[in-house]
Amino acid sequence: MVIAPMTTAVEHAWAVSSAVADPELPVVTIGDLGIVRGVDIDAQGCVRVVLTPTYSGCPATAVIRGDVVGALHEAGFEHVEVRTVLAPAWTTDWITEAGRRKLSENGIVPPSGVSSQRRVDLALAMRCPRCGSLDTLLVSRFGSTVCQAMYRCTSCLEPFDAVKPY
Amino acid sequence: MSEATEPTAVALFTYALRLGDDALVLSQRLSEWASRAPEIEEDIALTNIALDLLGQARALLDYAAVVEGGTRDEDDLAYLRTEREFRNVHLVEQENGDFAHTIARQLFFSTYQLFLYEELISSTDELLAGVAAKAVKEAAYHHDHAALWTVRLGDGTDDSRRRMQAAVDRLWPFTAELFDADDVETLLAAQGIAVDPATLRPRWVRAISDTFATATLVIPPTVWTSHGGRRGVHTECFGYLLAEMQYLHRLHPGASW
Repeated sequence: MVIAPMTTAVEHAWAVSSAVADPELPVVTIGDLGIVRGVDIDAQGCVRVVLTPTYSGCPATAVIRGDVVGALHEAGFEHVEVRTVLAPAWTTDWITEAGRRKLSENGIVPPSGVSSQRRVDLALAMRCPRCGSLDTLLVSRFGSTVCQAMYRCTSCLEPFDAVKPY
Repeated sequence: MSEATEPTAVALFTYALRLGDDALVLSQRLSEWASRAPEIEEDIALTNIALDLLGQARALLDYAAVVEGGTRDEDDLAYLRTEREFRNVHLVEQENGDFAHTIARQLFFSTYQLFLYEELISSTDELLAGVAAKAVKEAAYHHDHAALWTVRLGDGTDDSRRRMQAAVDRLWPFTAELFDADDVETLLAAQGIAVDPATLRPRWVRAISDTFATATLVIPPTVWTSHGGRRGVHTECFGYLLAEMQYLHRLHPGASW
C-alpha cells in the first residue's frame, strides 16, 4: 500500500475498524455501538486499537477482536494490536444516532432514555418497531443475546426484541 | 500491580480469586438449568445470568493470574485447581434444588454482589474498579429478576409459598459467610483496594427484609451458619461440581473450540 500521510492513515484505520459488523447484531457496526474507543499508529507503524466490552460475558468480544485484526490486515495494515479496556465502562448511551436508526429499521428497539443509573425503577413503554403502537408487553427480561429483552405488541401481535438500557 | 508490596500482592491474588470463584461456581451451577427450566424464558434468563457471571469470573481470574506473576492463566485457575484451592463461599456451590431454591440462592447472592460492586467501583485498584463498574449493572439486573420471582412465588399459591419458604429456610445458614472478613479483606480494605464485606450486611438484611415483606416470607431463626469456603473448606456437593466442570479440560488439556 502507498504510505499515506500519518493523519490520513489513522483516519483510515479508524474507519476500517469502525466498519466491522457486530457478530450478534450484524445490522450495526462496532462503530455504531460505540465499542471502538481509540485508534492510533505508533512510530513502528503498528495500528493500536482500543475496544471496550459491552457486557462482561458477551461472547462476541473475542470474535470482534479477531474481526478487527482481519479487517485491518485486509486494508493493508500489517501490524495490528487490539487492546480491551474496562474503564470507563461502556453504556448504551454510546450507541450513535445512526446505530439507533439501523436497529430500529431492523425491528430491534434501541435503548430508550439514558442508561441505568439505578435511580428510577419506572420503565418507559416500548414502541412496537412494526406498527408503532405503545401498547406492548414485556415477555421476558432476558432475550436472544445478553443485551436484549423480549417484548410483544398487543396491537399487531408481533413479538420483537429491544436493547436493554445498560 | 508491580508496585504492590509482597503481602499486598498475595492478599490481592486471594481477593481476586475469592470474587472470581464465587462468580465462576455460581455460573456453573446456573448453566445446569440449560434445557431444564420451568419455561423457555427462564431457561434463557438463567443461562444469560450464568454468562454474565462467567464474564466476571474470567476478568477476575485473569487478573489473579497476572497478580500472581503470570505463571498460570485464567484457564489453569479454573480447570486445574483442586477443591481445597477454591475460595468461593458455600452458598454458590449449593445444588440447584427446585426452582424456588435456585431463586432463593440468586436473591441472596445477587443482592450481596450488587452492594459489593457498588462499593468496589471506588476501589483504588483500577482493574477491580473497572470490573465493578461494568458488573454492577449486571448484578442489578440479576437482583431484579430474583426479587420479582421471590415475590411471585412467595405471594403466590399455597404450594409456591410453602416451597419458596422451604428454600429460604434451607439456604439461610449459608448467607452469613458472605460477610466474613479475614486478614485479606482487612489489609486490602485499609488501602482502599477491597470492600470489607462485613460493612455490607446491614444494607443486605434491609433489602432482603423488604423483599420478604412483599413476598409474605419470613427470615428464619439462625440455628447454625456455614463457613470455610474462603479458606478452601467446602461442602460435600462441591467436588461433584468440579468433576463435571473440569473433566473435559483435564482429559484434553488446552482443548478449545
